[in-house]
Amino acid sequence: MLRSLNIDPEKCTGCLQCEMACSYENEGVFNPAKSRIKVFTFHDEGRFVPYTCTQCDEAWCLHACPVEAIKMNRETGAMEVSDSVCVGCKVCTIACPFGTVNYNQDTGKVVKCDLCGGDPKCATACPTDAITYVDANATGLDKMRAWAAKTDNAASA
Amino acid sequence: MSWTKKILRVNLTEGSVNVEPLNMEWASQYIGQRGLATRYMFEETDPQCDALGPDNKLMFATGPLTGTMASTGGRYSVITKSPLTGAIACSNSGGFFGAELKSAGWDMIIFEGKSPSPVMLNIINDKVELLPADDLWGKSVWETDKLIHEKANDPQTRVAAVGRSAEAGCLYSAIINDLHRAAGRSGVGTVMASKNLKAVSVRGTKGVGNIKDPARFLASTSEQKQVLAENAVTGQGLPAMGTQVLMNVINEVGALPSRNMQDVQFSEANNISAEAMLEPRESDGKANLTTNAACFGCTIACGRISTIDKTHFSVENKPEYWGNSGGLEYEAAWAMGADTGVGDLDALTYTNFICNEDGMDPITFGATVAAAMELFEKGAITTEHTGGMELKFGSAEALTWCVDVVATGEGFGADLGLGSKRLCEKFGDPDLSMTVKGQEFPAYDPRGIQGMGLTYATSNRGACHLRSYTVASEVLGIPEKTDPLVTDGKAGLVKAFQDATAAVDSMGLCVFTTFAWTLDNMAPQIDAACEGDWTVDRLLEAGERIWNLEREYNNRAGLTGADDTLPPRLLKDAAKTGPAEGKVCGLDEMLPEYYGLRGWTTDGQLTDDVRQKFSLPA
Ligand code: SF4
Ligand code: SF4
Repeated sequence: MLRSLNIDPEKCTGCLQCEMACSYENEGVFNPAKSRIKVFTFHDEGRFVPYTCTQCDEAWCLHACPVEAIKMNRETGAMEVSDSVCVGCKVCTIACPFGTVNYNQDTGKVVKCDLCGGDPKCATACPTDAITYVDANATGLDKMRAWAAKTDNAASA
Repeated sequence: MSWTKKILRVNLTEGSVNVEPLNMEWASQYIGQRGLATRYMFEETDPQCDALGPDNKLMFATGPLTGTMASTGGRYSVITKSPLTGAIACSNSGGFFGAELKSAGWDMIIFEGKSPSPVMLNIINDKVELLPADDLWGKSVWETDKLIHEKANDPQTRVAAVGRSAEAGCLYSAIINDLHRAAGRSGVGTVMASKNLKAVSVRGTKGVGNIKDPARFLASTSEQKQVLAENAVTGQGLPAMGTQVLMNVINEVGALPSRNMQDVQFSEANNISAEAMLEPRESDGKANLTTNAACFGCTIACGRISTIDKTHFSVENKPEYWGNSGGLEYEAAWAMGADTGVGDLDALTYTNFICNEDGMDPITFGATVAAAMELFEKGAITTEHTGGMELKFGSAEALTWCVDVVATGEGFGADLGLGSKRLCEKFGDPDLSMTVKGQEFPAYDPRGIQGMGLTYATSNRGACHLRSYTVASEVLGIPEKTDPLVTDGKAGLVKAFQDATAAVDSMGLCVFTTFAWTLDNMAPQIDAACEGDWTVDRLLEAGERIWNLEREYNNRAGLTGADDTLPPRLLKDAAKTGPAEGKVCGLDEMLPEYYGLRGWTTDGQLTDDVRQKFSLPA
C-alpha cells in the first residue's frame, strides 16, 4: 500500500517538533533552519500551516533535472535526490511550483522530503496528528468523516 | 554537551562584543539558564548596586535542553537585579527566541554598562553587532518587531524588545519576545531600557547538536512526550482551556482574591474564565479564543490566540487591534479582572494586548490598578490626580484607560508605573499594597491556599507563584493531595517545590510540565543529552544550591528575614466567604519550620554549614 503525508493545519499548534525531527533525521542536528517540512505562522489570523513536498506522480522536479538525479522510490512513492548525481544546478527548485525543493549551500546539492524512506519522522513527532502518514488512496477519509458527522440524521424520538 | 559552551559579553558603555567560553565548572553545578546566570551575577555584580545604574548586568540565558526536541525545551530567562524589589530577578519566557539564540550558537548573553545612545544587538550566528536604534526608541514592542523584520528581510528572525513603558521608567516593564511571550516580572525590561538597549534580534541556523547519546535522547524524549499526552492536565486541560482553566476552580476553593484582596471570591469569575473564552459572542458569532498555540518544541501548547470583539468600546475605532494576538493567561486575567472587579472579557483581552504591545507585567499592572482603585474608594486618590477618570472597582473604562497611560507613562500613568508599593506609600496607605519585597501577588489567596502564603513570603524574587506552585498539591492533588486550609507540612512542601522548580527552570524546560512530570521524568532526558551523570539527586542538589545562592545574593543586597512576610490584610483580616471563611494566612506557623529545613538561622540568614554543603562561592 502506498502511503502519503496527510496534513491538517487546523490541528497544528506551531510547536516545530516536526521540523526538529526532520532536521535531526537528515542533518543530525535539531535545526528548524534545515528542515524539509516548514510550519508557517499567520499571526493575525491565528493559523499555523505545515507545508512540504506532496510527491507528485508527474513530478516537475524529476522531469526538469538534466542529469536524472531525482528518481521515484517505487516502494514509498517519494521523489528522491541522489546526492552523488546532483550537480546543484537548481533547475528543479525553479520547476517545482510549490517551492518544496531547496538548495543547500553547505553541500552544493538540493534537498527535499524523501518520506524518510517510508517512516517519516515528522509524522511520528507531531503531537497533535496535524501530520499523519496514511493510505494514499484515502487521504480524504478524515475530512469525509468530519463532514459526515455534521449531517443531521438523528433518529427522531 | 548540549551547552554550546560559548557566551557573548556585550559591553554597552564601550560598544564592544566579546566571545567567552562558558564556565563549565559552574554549568556542572548550576545546570544552565536561571542557576548558571545567577552564578555569573553573584560573581560579577555588587548585590547593593543600583538596579537601574550601569553597574547592574542583564543576562539572557538558555538551558542545556533549550533548542532540543525535549518537550517545552524552548525557554530562556532574563536574570538581573530587579528595580522593583531590589532582589535578584529571573524572568522566564517561552516562544521561539530562546531556541533561536541557542541555535545561533550561544548559551548566554551578558550585557554590562550602559550605552550612551539607543542601540540594539543583532545576532546572525557568529556575526554579532551593536546597531544604532534611535529610530526604534519611542516605539512599541510591536512596531519595533515590525521594523526589525522589515530591515532583516528574514521572517525567521526572532526579536526580544522593550516597549514605551520601559523607556518611561515603569518599574514593572517586561521584555517581550515573539510579540506576545514575556520575560514578564520584576522589571527586567526596565533594566534593559535603563541601559539604552531597545532590542535583541537573533537568527540562528546552526542548530543544536552535540547530544551525548542521541539514540537514548530521542527514545527518552519521545517516551516523556507520551507521558505529557496521557496526563489529563497537560494532555487535555491546558491545550483546550489554557491556564485559564483555573479561574472557576480557584474561585470555588475560595482563593480567587478580588477588589485588591478584600474578598477571596469574585462573583463574575465565570465571565472571564476559560469557559467564557470559548463562548460565541453576539456580534460576529466567534469565540474570544481562536486557537491554542505552542512555544518552541512544546507538545502541551497552552498558549492562547485570541481576538477582541470589534464592537467592544476599547477597540471599536481601532482596527489595528482586530486581528489575533496572545490571549489571556490565568494570572493576567485574575490581576486585571478579578482583582480590579472587572468582569468584562474583551476589556481584559484589550489590556492584555497592550501589556504585550508596550511591555508591561500584567500581574503587577492589574494588582497596582486594584490598589489604586482602593485608594480611590478611600478618597486618597481623586479625579484631580487622574485628570477626571473615576478609578472605581469594576469599571472596564477605568481599567483600559489605565493600561493606555501606563504604556506611555503619561500623566497618572507615571504614578501607576511605580507599582503598588510605591504608589500606596505615595498616597499615604502602604498597607494597601499586596506585595512581598515590593512585588505583587499572583492569583491565589493564601488564606484559602495556605502553602502559597509561605511560597510568596520566601520567594527569592518577591511574591510569585512560579517559585513553588504548591497549588498543584493543595488544590489539584499533584503529586499528592494536601489540605489547602492547613499549615501543617507546608514548610517541607514549599521547600521541595522550590528546589525542584529551580532545577526545571535551569534545564530550559517549562514548569507546566510538572503537572505530569517529576524530576524522575526529566533526569533521563538531561542525562542522555549532557555530559556527566544527571540523576534526580543531582538535580535536586543543584536546585537547592541555586535557591541558596539566590538567597545569599538577596541577603547581601540588604534583604533579611523581616522581608519574608505578608501584608497585614492576609495575616489579620479573615476570609469573608467560601471554604476558607474565617481564616487568615498562618505564616508564623510555617516560617520557622521552613528556615529550619533550609538550615538557615532563625532570622533567615545562610549558615556556613549550608555554604559548605553546596560549595557556594565566598
Ligand atoms: S509537529 Fe505537528 S503540531 Fe507541531 S508544528 Fe509540526 S505539524 Fe504543527
Ligand atoms: S506549556 Fe505553555 S508556556 Fe509551557 S512551553 Fe508549552 S505552550 Fe509554552
